[in-house]
Amino acid sequence: MATASPPLLAVEDLQIRFHTLRGVVHALDGVSFEIARGESIGLVGETGCGKSITARAILRLVDPPGRITAGSIRFEGTELLTLDRRAMRTIRGQKISMIMQEPKVSLNPVMRIGRQVAETLLIHDRSLSHRQAEAKARDMLGSVSIPDPARMAQRYPHELSGGMAQRVMIAMMLVTRPRLLIADEPTSALDVTIQAQILDLMTDLIAEIGSSVLMISHDLAVVAETCDRVIVMYAGTVVESGTVDAVLDEPSHPYTRGLLNTLPDQVDPDRPLQSIPGNVPSLLAPPVGCRFAPRCPEAGPRCRRETPAAYDVGAGHVAACFLHADGGVA
Amino acid sequence: MTRPADDLLLEVRDLHVDYPLRGGLLQRRRGTIKALNGVSLSLRRGEIYGLVGESGCGKTTLGRALVGLAPQAGGEITFDGVRLPADGRRDRFARKIQLIFQDPYASLHPRKPVRELVGEGLLINGLASADEVDGRSLAMLERVGLNAEHLYRYAHEFSGGQRQRIALARALVLHPQLIVLDEPTSALDVSVQAQTLNLLKELRRELGLTYLFISHDLGVVRYMSQRMAVMYLGHIVEEGETETIFERPQHPYTRSLLASLPSIRHRKQRHKAALQGDPPTPIDPPPGCPFAGRCPKTQPICREQNPALAPAVGDPAGGGRDHRVACYFPDLPGEG
Ligand SMILES: Nc1ncnc2c1ncn2[C@@H]1O[C@H](COP(=O)(O)OP(=O)(O)OP(=O)(O)O)[C@@H](O)[C@H]1O
Ligand SMILES: Nc1ncnc2c1ncn2[C@@H]1O[C@H](COP(=O)(O)OP(=O)(O)OP(=O)(O)O)[C@@H](O)[C@H]1O
Ligand code: SF4
Ligand code: SF4
Ligand SMILES: [Mg+2]
Ligand SMILES: [Mg+2]
Repeated sequence: MATASPPLLAVEDLQIRFHTLRGVVHALDGVSFEIARGESIGLVGETGCGKSITARAILRLVDPPGRITAGSIRFEGTELLTLDRRAMRTIRGQKISMIMQEPKVSLNPVMRIGRQVAETLLIHDRSLSHRQAEAKARDMLGSVSIPDPARMAQRYPHELSGGMAQRVMIAMMLVTRPRLLIADEPTSALDVTIQAQILDLMTDLIAEIGSSVLMISHDLAVVAETCDRVIVMYAGTVVESGTVDAVLDEPSHPYTRGLLNTLPDQVDPDRPLQSIPGNVPSLLAPPVGCRFAPRCPEAGPRCRRETPAAYDVGAGHVAACFLHADGGVA
Repeated sequence: MTRPADDLLLEVRDLHVDYPLRGGLLQRRRGTIKALNGVSLSLRRGEIYGLVGESGCGKTTLGRALVGLAPQAGGEITFDGVRLPADGRRDRFARKIQLIFQDPYASLHPRKPVRELVGEGLLINGLASADEVDGRSLAMLERVGLNAEHLYRYAHEFSGGQRQRIALARALVLHPQLIVLDEPTSALDVSVQAQTLNLLKELRRELGLTYLFISHDLGVVRYMSQRMAVMYLGHIVEEGETETIFERPQHPYTRSLLASLPSIRHRKQRHKAALQGDPPTPIDPPPGCPFAGRCPKTQPICREQNPALAPAVGDPAGGGRDHRVACYFPDLPGEG
């Protein structure tokens, strides 16, 4: 729900390029969106469309050969792209947290998990003794439904199942109580019954802490169930955004419509699935104009000439498509 | 559509596959992984049979056992009326049962051009003479949506969806009867997944194929299969017509699985995590029902003896004649 105060996060016209031997990869172009306080937003799209790199840009974790070449990212009014390293580290540690698809990669492989949670606690509360921190860490493991926390605290990351490791990551988040939680495919590596447990856990804790969430997923259903709003990306651009209900019930960009039509749970078994013709374009030489034009059934001459802006199609619902602009696609 | 019972293409009875669990410096045997612990199912000619279940429950092992690639510790497999030797020496049948893997990147030899990838099976099996091979390969490539220009290219030059088509052509030139599709679209993007699923359906119709379709994506299995089975920890816990399983599941695990599923159509209706705990490992499993450790309805008897997969009863809507459940206290429709 939109509030009158300035948004927690405002990304504007973000552009990211990768300079590779094969040429310049135009990974992101003109990406803009806002996240309000307490709001959860889903970022969806097919592989390579730029979801992870958008998340990493917010944390200023774009590594060479990648570079942020234009745009602005403001967090609580502060421009992050020009912030000095120290201030940025503080934001990363205390205000914005990230949970990734492979939690074991983010955990220290040679440190027992109880200790890892305790260390995070110590960073945030210098008044704690080590003993107190370890005891509190066990409580936190219990509060994210890790069975037998005293014994589990003694384990190393590789001794945990994927679901357990993801719980440990969530326990760490509970320690930092971030304003913004970025979750990059947090359940994509998990089985559905475990996914359901993790999503419930995240939803409850987020409600308790009052964090805003940027949830990245290639699974529209996960976003549909956990988010207020959704942003659909295609080939490094935002093509549509709005409330989950608006975007899923009245998709207004031809790509979103195509994506929804390809999902098997939308059709009866006797009808062939619809598919989007062609392939995702190479970002070394992305199509001029609308990046979806080569695959779009409704493309007109304007689509290959100009880049569509975000046009309003409803309350807080926008689509980057000339079908919704004055003058249309002609 | 009802078919006579003798129209079975594949019958698996009480199949067991064990792997030794080794550990320590000397790699001593420390236990047994019961990857398949008494699996029975049958596939009718021409059907698509779905197989779902969580990671590690034994889906791939079942697929591999059918082509003789998993150590069979017990039970029997009958294919097209002939019992397959349990020792994996299946030369006579190899061609007739083909396995397609999830990852088209790994399953195609990187240094062979498409022409060779598709054609070599024809030569090895003596199905075509040297001067017929290219023509036959090309015809099949065209059937799966590729063309002559692709013949001399290598697998790495293709997209994931195209590689899966090459793998299919490679299997189909051998005129198999049964294709085991192990997560065939899991590595593909949804827009490409749709093309591949459509192609698989068309091919089955045109070539009279039978599929064992393995997936963890329940939406895909619902769309593709006529009948399906749900596996848990090396056991089949429920089996039946796909619509029956989705609409009137009776096994507590199946019900939790379906309740856990996020959905676009029924968003925000997912039940609060239907199931607690992680799936157990199949290492030296205790006796009794495989689901007893996580089941909300466990009774003492559940831990003593494994419930047999038996015809489902008590469904007023008629559970479908193939509906079978392995549970002492199934959830009857209308309950809970
Ligand atoms: N190190 C790199 N060098 C060149 N290009 C890169 C590099 N890292 C990312 N890219 C490009 O940036 C684009 C965006 O990648 P990103 O990882 O954000 O995709 P994604 O939407 O998260 O995909 P996925 O769903 O597969 O995780 C891709 O097209 C990718 O090719
Ligand atoms: N070659 C092997 N040696 C030892 N154990 C094995 C071997 N192959 C499989 N297993 C074990 O057998 C069990 C079943 O594995 P399988 O690969 O059949 O599961 P699956 O249902 O296909 O899982 P997934 O959905 O992750 O693909 C697992 O516990 C696995 O670790
Ligand atoms: S702008 Fe044109 S090409 Fe792009 S999505 Fe809209 S109609 Fe299609
Ligand atoms: S047999 Fe018992 S433990 Fe197993 S599923 Fe049925 S009720 Fe649950
Ligand atoms: Mg990503
Ligand atoms: Mg498998």
